[in-house]
Amino acid sequence: MDLRSRSEESLQVVSVHDSRIDAAVAIEFKEAMRGATNNTNDTVVLDLSEVQFIDSSGLGAIVAAMKQMGQSRKLALAGLTPTVEKVFRLTRMDSVFPVFPTLDRAISELKT
Amino acid sequence: MTRTTFLPAFHVSVTNGQMAVRDALKQLLDGLKPLALDVEEAGTVELVMAEALNNIVEHAYSKGDTVGQIRITCEHGRDGLRMTVMDTGRAMPEGQTPVGKAADIDVDLCDMPEGGFGWFLIKDLAKDVTYQRHNTENQLNLRLAVAVG
Repeated sequence: MDLRSRSEESLQVVSVHDSRIDAAVAIEFKEAMRGATNNTNDTVVLDLSEVQFIDSSGLGAIVAAMKQMGQSRKLALAGLTPTVEKVFRLTRMDSVFPVFPTLDRAISELKT
Repeated sequence: MTRTTFLPAFHVSVTNGQMAVRDALKQLLDGLKPLALDVEEAGTVELVMAEALNNIVEHAYSKGDTVGQIRITCEHGRDGLRMTVMDTGRAMPEGQTPVGKAADIDVDLCDMPEGGFGWFLIKDLAKDVTYQRHNTENQLNLRLAVAVG
């Protein structure tokens, strides 16, 4: 699971450089997210623009990543491709996470 | 325009294992290429079939059962794609598929569900979902209303 993390405008941006977050990599994704987010208290923007497919296990792993960040920190999602967007919409998880069409929009709206 | 040609029925068979689901989905979507499904339809097919196959790998078979087969038959007709998914793993609890109700997300962060979305997605996106146990074999049938004619 290739996650790349960087700081930008008081935010932490984590980009997923894989085309799938599915059952085969869900646990690995959750652990990689823990590693990428545990050194900061900033809001995290998860850039999903390269992810073409997510299943319910991948969705669960993103929820788990949000929960392990704790109550005080926000996890926002950016760049959802059509099938990823469909999974979030059908499960109504798009109402749990702040969702932005692009990473640029997320950064411009979330920066403090 | 009424569709007059249909994709011939085809089969996909994989051996249970960590990459079985990805492998089966790839073969299935390759087999559907002549239909030139749009991204919405292809996403529906991949999502429903991923959930059905994940359930087999995680529940019907489990760790240690490495030799089980998963077989898929895909038939294209006027009302879409009819999928038959067969495995020789454990039967569904109580001989039927879970209800698949939507997970309750109006809860505190710490209670937010991390699972239980799979059957909801299958039953939301697929039609005519039926399950039967034949001797030692599970058979799941469902229809995806894509490439309808």
